[in-house]
Amino acid sequence: MKAIHKLAGAVTASLGTIVTSAHADFALNMREGVTETSKSVYDLHMTIFWVCCVIGVVVFGAMIYSIINHRKSKGAVAAQFHESTTMEILWTVVPIVILVSMAVPATTTLLAMEDTSNADMSIKVTGIQWKWKYDYVDGEGAGVSFVSSLHPKHNEARLLGANADLTEFGDEYLLDVDNPLVIPTGQKIRFLLTAADVIHAWWVPDFGWKKDAIPGFINEAWTKVDEPGVYRGQCAELCGKDHGFMPIVVVAKSPEDYSKWVAEQQAAARAVEASAEREWNMDELMAKGEQVYTTNCAACHQANGQGLPPAFPPIAGSAIASGDANAHISLVLNGKPGTAMAAYRDILDDASLAAVLTFQRNSWGNAASTVQPADVKAAR
Amino acid sequence: MSTATATHDDHHDHGPAKGLMRWVTTTNHKDIGTLYLLFALVMFFVGGAMAMVIRAELFQPGMQVVDPQFFNSMTTVHALVMIFGAVMPAFTGLANWLIPMMIGAPDMALPRMNNFSFWILPFAFTLLLSTFFMAGGGPAAGWTLYPPLSLQMGDGFPFMIFALHLAGISSIMGSINIVVTILNMRAPGMTLMKMPLFVWTWLITAYLLIATMPVLAGAITMLLTDKFAGTSFFSAAGGGDPVMYQHIFWFFGHPEVYILILPAFGIISAIVPTFARKPLFGYSSMVYATASIAFLSFIVWAHHMFTVGMPVVAELFFMYATMMIAVPTGVKVFNWVSTMWKGAMTFETPMLFAIGFIIMFTIGGFSGLMLAIAPADFQYHDTYFVVAHFHYVLVTGAVYSIMAAAYYWLPKWTGNMYDEKLGKMHFWISTISVNVLFFPQHFLGLAGMPRRIPDYAVQFTDWNVISSVGGFVFGVSQLMFAYIVFKCIRGGDKATDQVWEGAKGLEWTLPSPPPYHTFTEAPQVK
Repeated sequence: MKAIHKLAGAVTASLGTIVTSAHADFALNMREGVTETSKSVYDLHMTIFWVCCVIGVVVFGAMIYSIINHRKSKGAVAAQFHESTTMEILWTVVPIVILVSMAVPATTTLLAMEDTSNADMSIKVTGIQWKWKYDYVDGEGAGVSFVSSLHPKHNEARLLGANADLTEFGDEYLLDVDNPLVIPTGQKIRFLLTAADVIHAWWVPDFGWKKDAIPGFINEAWTKVDEPGVYRGQCAELCGKDHGFMPIVVVAKSPEDYSKWVAEQQAAARAVEASAEREWNMDELMAKGEQVYTTNCAACHQANGQGLPPAFPPIAGSAIASGDANAHISLVLNGKPGTAMAAYRDILDDASLAAVLTFQRNSWGNAASTVQPADVKAAR
Repeated sequence: MSTATATHDDHHDHGPAKGLMRWVTTTNHKDIGTLYLLFALVMFFVGGAMAMVIRAELFQPGMQVVDPQFFNSMTTVHALVMIFGAVMPAFTGLANWLIPMMIGAPDMALPRMNNFSFWILPFAFTLLLSTFFMAGGGPAAGWTLYPPLSLQMGDGFPFMIFALHLAGISSIMGSINIVVTILNMRAPGMTLMKMPLFVWTWLITAYLLIATMPVLAGAITMLLTDKFAGTSFFSAAGGGDPVMYQHIFWFFGHPEVYILILPAFGIISAIVPTFARKPLFGYSSMVYATASIAFLSFIVWAHHMFTVGMPVVAELFFMYATMMIAVPTGVKVFNWVSTMWKGAMTFETPMLFAIGFIIMFTIGGFSGLMLAIAPADFQYHDTYFVVAHFHYVLVTGAVYSIMAAAYYWLPKWTGNMYDEKLGKMHFWISTISVNVLFFPQHFLGLAGMPRRIPDYAVQFTDWNVISSVGGFVFGVSQLMFAYIVFKCIRGGDKATDQVWEGAKGLEWTLPSPPPYHTFTEAPQVK
């Protein structure tokens, strides 16, 4: 009953949105995108679309003419012809000619898209339920590495029954992340795509392609963006519960701005490394832990630690989170094969892991030992 | 000895047994056809209810109705139920009713197996739906069950696999029965090239089923052993390959797509000539086109997986092969239009659904041709553009042909005319709402909305609202169909033997309704 009531409310609200919406959201067509590749894909799309339209007009035109004129109520008498070899040959050969003329530009574009040679730099993209990890393999950013998840504000708004005001997010609802991927303009960037758990697909429509990220295998793709800007996309291969909530944001910066960004990242990485060397106090661990928990754990284990059993067990009152710290560390580091519980070994640094473990062990009625970054380092 | 013979002869004069046991123990092709069709109708509403949940959640951005995991299981089980529970059994039901009557045979060749292949189905689908009540919930990895995701399913996993095995066994037995019946039980004079196209398309479909169902069985059995027996067919960590599953699955999956549409071609090829009062144009080219489509269906599977990272040569091969399918499919459409050309058409409900089929299936064919262009597919793949494409070929294609067939042969099966006014109303409401439902999904996909997501960016709202409204109207209007069928079974104007002025073929020489046993003596076909 409550659901029906809600639905009725939603009907009125949505119809209202359509009528009052000031900007045209009734998008009809594919976007041209911002790369040479995306533009040739768009051209192919439009060509084949118009080919279909012309064939449609001819075929449906003949059919509609026949429906209007060859009806019994108009006194039509049925002819009895039932074959014509000429016609059969004609409508076999003509489509073949059309198809061959389509296949030529399609082949050219495909060969260009699949040519990842002579790249200026490479970025490794790892799909993880339900976030992306980016590793800068070479070039000036070599060694930069971070995880990119749905922006926490969006993450709250998308919970069942949140009733959040989505208009405040503009066109970015569910398409914003905490740490965007940053690339330099004017360079050919090779992406090396893989996954840690299940198959994902990395898709930014403005670049003109998507490619699967498959655990245990590495796929290649490339792009070259000339205009600085922010380009958004999302995971395109069903990857479990929060498949709809793992967006991709790419920020293209001029080479100078890109260098500045790399320097900032490297400084931040050094700070994180240094912070893992020292002893943390309880308040520090709890504050950082809550933040890490919200981004990484709450989707399954819920903000209140109660989980969604049986698929996602509770942490509140669990034997692991209130027992031996080493067992807890090991579970989070290595994940649990065959379930959605990921291995956080490569996703989080020592300090973040120590913080989130401490947070889990000392929240929602749990009261167990704290975990220090050194403990995590030792367990790795 | 003589008493035994007398008892035996006596048996033939019986009508059907009375009560429930008639349906449980029946070996009669007409009874089993009815059972299949009613089962398919029930499953159509079960799967349809799931579609309503999906459209309710997508009605607005934000999460309002169900949680994401349940949403995923709705999309997954909606597909499994509609494909294996509704469309395939409906076609098998039509085959059971019609093939013996069309080729002048007294019954199916293997009547006991026929009974068994139907009665497996209710158990299979009860098992499949029961997984919703198990720890971890129903299957939620998409109907294609791609590992490693599908291996994350909870306790219901082996039950789902077993349910699919049962449905597959049922299909294989049904197909063997159809092949044996067609090849051995045609009336004298009914040569292969005189068979109605519905019989031809089913003969080819049955071979596709026998060839591909074991492939699916193999793939899902490997999933089962990966989960429980420690094998790693599809796990890179153990030397396997998750993409290999996709190759095996789609080697089944693409022929499966044609299993869902070839019998539809046969139905349309029966209905259009009747209401155009003109023989089918290009009968033999229709047969060859069907056979070519069936052959091509085995060499195009990887067009479902252009984005998995195949070598570019493989991508080119699968792109070219897929584009080739447009040729024989085009031949079919051109032949139907030529059949209508210079005919004397009337537009009773079956003809309306057949014309609706030709137009909207062709639209689905156009988007299919667009999807075949591999570089463009890198944009279309896994978006709502694909969802729009396959619903145009499966709902306004396969399902429309089944509706057309039901209206066309109901008077023959029941002896009563259905309510023509309601039938036409059903057609127009369905056709308008189904386009409101699926056409905007092309736009959503092109604008960048991925499929299988429970929530979306607000710029996708407008078309989603419209699509959902179309969905609700389409869903509710199918209750009309159930009512019309029920009303027709109960009574109505009496149908003549020929029923339709332009109808030709052996089934129209029988009384309406046909007696329990027909063609006990084979008719002579000129």
